[in-house]
Amino acid sequence: MERTTIDLWFGAFVLAGFAALLVLALKVGNLGADNARATYRIEARFDNIGGLKVRAPVRSSGVLVGRVADIRFDNERFQATVVLALDARYGFPKDTSASILTSGLLGEQYVGLDAGGDDKKLAEGDRITITQSAVVLERLIGQFLFNKAQEDGAKK
Amino acid sequence: MLERARRTLARIGHNFIDQVWRVGAMARFFVILMAASGTSLRRFRLVMREVYFSGVLSLIIIVVSGLFVGMVLGLQGYETLQTYGAQESVGVLVALSLLRELGPVVAGLLFASRAGSAITAEIGLMKATEQLTAMDMMAVSPMSRVIAPRFWAGVISMPLLAAIFSAMGVFGGFVVSVVILGVDGGTFWSQMQSAVDFRYDVVNGVIKSFVFGIAVTVIATFEGFDAPPTAEGVSGATTRTVVSSSLVILALDLVLTALMLRGDR
Repeated sequence: MERTTIDLWFGAFVLAGFAALLVLALKVGNLGADNARATYRIEARFDNIGGLKVRAPVRSSGVLVGRVADIRFDNERFQATVVLALDARYGFPKDTSASILTSGLLGEQYVGLDAGGDDKKLAEGDRITITQSAVVLERLIGQFLFNKAQEDGAKK
Repeated sequence: MLERARRTLARIGHNFIDQVWRVGAMARFFVILMAASGTSLRRFRLVMREVYFSGVLSLIIIVVSGLFVGMVLGLQGYETLQTYGAQESVGVLVALSLLRELGPVVAGLLFASRAGSAITAEIGLMKATEQLTAMDMMAVSPMSRVIAPRFWAGVISMPLLAAIFSAMGVFGGFVVSVVILGVDGGTFWSQMQSAVDFRYDVVNGVIKSFVFGIAVTVIATFEGFDAPPTAEGVSGATTRTVVSSSLVILALDLVLTALMLRGDR
């Protein structure tokens, strides 16, 4: 088959396009970095999850150890059930506690894990029992006002 | 007075019916185009030639405007985010706005005015100089020899051009915010990578640009094929291509975005 300049340009153009897609997928979209690793799923119940979203990070000591896989409402206990997909490289003791925290003052919400002292590790399907809900600003202000009023009442 | 109102109303009605007729004719044109595509895909050399004209020759404008759009996004984003002390998030802002919206839409608008108008003018002129009729006389179908290769070339080129546009834009944003304004490079990339999702941002952008490619080339080839065989007719058809494909891109973008966005993210 004879070769023409058009062939060369067509090849170069298609290659450039796919290279751009590859850059977008790997460098910008971080494909394969955290989807490919093996994970195990554990559950945690929270009274209030605030603005937590699916795919929010799960951190322990500030290090990314997993992602929020699913958020459901448990209609028997009237609590939120959050499924966490943790990186299989990290194991946590059975009595680890989970809390919903905010990165920075206005940043995204994430789940923070604080390791306990148990010898046994959490395994697929286990449930974290010690949890702390998200801080809701309105409730915090309400509590503060309530305490303030109580203090003032005690002084009088 | 009454006569004048009647005439205006008649003209509006005529224009409206004419538009409806055009939409119907375009749909029929699309079906015939699909049926005629087999031959041109088997003779892929024809499509490659058109990819060279509508894709490769659009590269310069796509690369340069992608760079500039990314740079402007970096500058504006830095300026605004700095107020909240969140200038590291400028990478997220640049990447998400390019991948989701600006990449497909601006590349589509540029493609419509750079390649779409050329396609219309070329086909319109071929029709005006009776080249299409001559082909018909020689039992060569203009649909599969002229129209279909241009259509498939546009469909192939458009997603690639949009991807190149987005990648150049991200690079432009990187240059402005990290190299010039001094945002930390590590946080720039890591925040971007944790915010951008492959399936919901990159793939959706590619789907959008693919749809825009189909829309622009169908409009461009139809307008050219339908142009009155006069100098005035060809110029009018070229203008209509640019105007209506721009409008269609923006309208389709709204519809596609509404379909793609999920509430929980």
